[in-house]
Amino acid sequence: MSTTEIERQWTTRLRHRAAGKLPPEKLLPDTQPSYVSSWIYVFGVATLSSLILVIVTGCLLALRGPSWWHGSFIGHFVNSLHLWSVEVFFFAMVVHLWGKFFMGAWRGGRTATWMTGVVTFLASLLTAFTGYVSQSNFDSQWISTQAKDGINATGGGAYFNVLNMGQMLMWHIVLLPLAAIVLTALHVILVRVKGVVPPYDDDATAVTTPEGATK
Amino acid sequence: MGLYTFLAALVPLNNYGHFIHWHWLYVSYANFIVICLMVITFVAALLLPFPGRNRRKENR
Ligand code: HEM
Repeated sequence: MSTTEIERQWTTRLRHRAAGKLPPEKLLPDTQPSYVSSWIYVFGVATLSSLILVIVTGCLLALRGPSWWHGSFIGHFVNSLHLWSVEVFFFAMVVHLWGKFFMGAWRGGRTATWMTGVVTFLASLLTAFTGYVSQSNFDSQWISTQAKDGINATGGGAYFNVLNMGQMLMWHIVLLPLAAIVLTALHVILVRVKGVVPPYDDDATAVTTPEGATK
Repeated sequence: MGLYTFLAALVPLNNYGHFIHWHWLYVSYANFIVICLMVITFVAALLLPFPGRNRRKENR
């Protein structure tokens, strides 16, 4: 194969593009700009950490099944860990999004970062909702019978039936977590590609330069 | 069982919920408390000094 042929392969082109956009030192940087040393920047990672806990405890629940999480002490404990990690997840995510809102963190070509955040938020809401209706207790009964009227009023009930336990559980443990995980990965990769947004008065164009990392 | 009884005594859940109803605002106490905690956390995150901030400046 000639060199030009190798250069034209999609694997070569993709590798060059990926390495150009996200070289290893940008993916896992040694330093951050000085304005990043504030507690407000901790909430993105706090959201990420609690999401990981949600997924790990959810996988444990899936391994053992409902009779375990309803009937045994340790199962109940893991079930509670799953619920409370979700509460921490949403708490941290809301503080994170308030922070990014008041920083105007969509500046300097970061629209996609903000928008993946928005869509992740919506996907997480749906994941939590399907989780609440999968509890199989009076709480889930109340939530699903209320929600069915709302969803039926939109005509969506034929496709998304909140009274269908099997469907709700599948959305909750397969489709929606998958969406949330993929979107979160994209979100964090975009943050690394663009670098952290400078404060309003620091840089009018808000583009992080390589020197920005040592400022 | 002792722990459950103790917790149930602290937070009675077998009642009607309590709500704040002020003009258009209608929110349960539970949700209202969580919202207040988020606001407090947000303000604290802005005001509290971040550990290592000065150390990093000296090293530069
Ligand atoms: C699963 C939920 C989410 C996770 C795990 C997550 C995670 C992160 C992380 C780790 C960072 C970098 C560290 C930081 O600045 O805090 C970040 C940055 C960012 N997040 Fe999120 N986030 C989530 C949801 C959201 C939401 C709901 C929004 C807004 C609608 C949002 C908007 C942003 C923006 C604009 C940045 C870039 C900040 C910059 O460039 O300086 N994120 N996110």
